[in-house]
Amino acid sequence: MSAVIAERNGNAIVARGLTKKFGELVAVDHVDLTVARAQVYGFLGPNGSGKSTTIRMLCGLLLPTSGDISVLDCTIPRDAEVLKRRIGYMTQKFSLYDDLTVYENLDFVAAVHEFSRGDARKRIEELLETYWLTQQRDQLAGTMSGGQKQRLALAAAVLHKPELLLLDEPTSAVDPQSRREFWDSLFALADAGTTILVSTHYMDEAERCHRLAILDHGRLVADGSPRELCAALPGQALLVECDVPRRAQQALEGDATIVSMAQIGAHLRVLVRDGGDARVTIAAKLRQQGIDARIEPVEANLEDVFVVATQKPKREAVT
Amino acid sequence: MNLRRLFSIVLKELRQLRRDRLTFAMIVGIPTMQLLLFGYAINLDIRQLPAAVLDQAQTAHAREVVAALAQTGVMDFRYRLKTPQELDDLIRAGKISAALVIPPDFERRLAGQNSDTQPWPRPPLQIVVDGSDQVVQQAAAQLALLPLQKLLDPAVATPTKNVEIVNFYNPARLAPVNTVPGLIGVILTMTMVLFTAMAIVRERERGNLEFLIATPVSPFELTLGKVLPFVGIGLLQVTVVLLLGVAIFHVPIRGSLLDVYGAALAFIVASLSLGVFISTLAKTQFQSMQLAFFTFLPQILLSGFMFPYAGMPRPAQWLAEIFPMTHFIRLIRGIMLRGAHLAELWPELAALAIFCVVTLTIAVLRTRKRLD
Repeated sequence: MSAVIAERNGNAIVARGLTKKFGELVAVDHVDLTVARAQVYGFLGPNGSGKSTTIRMLCGLLLPTSGDISVLDCTIPRDAEVLKRRIGYMTQKFSLYDDLTVYENLDFVAAVHEFSRGDARKRIEELLETYWLTQQRDQLAGTMSGGQKQRLALAAAVLHKPELLLLDEPTSAVDPQSRREFWDSLFALADAGTTILVSTHYMDEAERCHRLAILDHGRLVADGSPRELCAALPGQALLVECDVPRRAQQALEGDATIVSMAQIGAHLRVLVRDGGDARVTIAAKLRQQGIDARIEPVEANLEDVFVVATQKPKREAVT
Repeated sequence: MNLRRLFSIVLKELRQLRRDRLTFAMIVGIPTMQLLLFGYAINLDIRQLPAAVLDQAQTAHAREVVAALAQTGVMDFRYRLKTPQELDDLIRAGKISAALVIPPDFERRLAGQNSDTQPWPRPPLQIVVDGSDQVVQQAAAQLALLPLQKLLDPAVATPTKNVEIVNFYNPARLAPVNTVPGLIGVILTMTMVLFTAMAIVRERERGNLEFLIATPVSPFELTLGKVLPFVGIGLLQVTVVLLLGVAIFHVPIRGSLLDVYGAALAFIVASLSLGVFISTLAKTQFQSMQLAFFTFLPQILLSGFMFPYAGMPRPAQWLAEIFPMTHFIRLIRGIMLRGAHLAELWPELAALAIFCVVTLTIAVLRTRKRLD
């Protein structure tokens, strides 16, 4: 525990050796996290990688099997009840009441946070305005669209102006336009000083975070800013242009130097390991199959980082 | 514990309830329906039993007896039979529940009843009953007590009884007078336990709880806030049953009305405790519904509402003592029918209190403000 306290240093979240076991299953495996204040910190990982479990342990909803947590200088789970007044938590599934109106839902949440009637009314009007819900004020939450529900859930989570906001895959059921608006709201909150921890499995969202942690099978496999992660990627991304990208992909299948391949429109994006001139060997291999291709090196993106990180779960963190 | 928070939870529950039309309708619908069903259907005082006559004597007296028995209205003689075989067939087919058999030597047996010549006179009439129904048996047993001589000749003095039964509290032997007070217990058990258990589990099942436990709300506030509206609903149901019971079935309320509500309140709290306890066991609303019904049936059967407590074997009696409904049936019958004071019946109140304390303690021990 002293290790965590020593590392607080004004960080919003410090976790060391965080582990959660459900019976035999290790859902979270010795995760170390440091989240600075007023940052948007992303959790990227495939389904079942331990994102939700980690977030729940950080809010004190689940007891860690082992490991130390300090959130907003509270020791968790010991001070969980104190912490609950200072954090906002948005669940993966919509968890407000479908059979209450937007206003009634927010009114209830305000009362739960011990707002006086007058303060509650003022704050709710403010939130309805900020999150474009004024029109839906008297609509039952259950009848709203995914994007509207999401905005309502966010409004409820930030109603008491928490210092830290934890969001568990907030945009999984929302259209792209609403997702973009939602992220604009998150940055507005971060600018106002709120620390945000958000889990996602969308690359474009991960790209927007200040810092990012990639989780796979409960382990932290990469941690850094999106740019750092891309720069540190050991390997090279190549863009193969040819008339028959599908055939080219089949031809290259099984090549030991290739980490991953993905067809993107008329191109084939190939990620190769370091060492040797992969461009030459790939071109040769394709020519053997009678495929004429132009191969260009391109800058690695976050998807490449994600693929590399999650393919080798045992590898060390990139930075 | 924060009153503003508690009040907001109550308000939220009421708002949700108002939108849940079905539940809302059930709150008043269940007591009304049950009251009418039980009030009219459960009637141990039998009238117009489908019956047949097998008159083998064919005398004037015999015809008089048949007419006199038909007059009592207990049996409705739909068939006149010629042979005992016909009687067998009709009873087996379920077309009749009873049959009056007048033997060929009816006159001789009738005469023999009054004479001292025969030490063991054979009864002049026989009533054959369908023993597969217990209530029919009891009705027939009453017919056997009919003073036959007086029936045939009003001049004959009524034979004196050895034992006279004095019926306190329900001299007219009206069934609703016995069933309606107990029915309050049945209705409250059904609705209170079920509604609470489901209301609490619903929050968990729909995922609302995951949001709530990340807020400062305490499990105690949440449970109390969810349960409080049901206390009001329970008292409303008691009022519906009492009003209909008095208006339609003329059920007396001999004790004080305040005592009636006092007993009902104690029972409502006990039922809500049971519902809260069930909610800590069930994971889904369906499970909580099954568990609620699991506790519902033994309560109805063993509480003394349907079958007399005194007639039950010992272990069943011990079990019945655990159930809140057993104690409530004693309380409510005592107050409404016998005019007893709540204070006189304190052991029953104490039993209800113990039940509440035990179930709520277990429930609290099982509740954690965490997901695991």
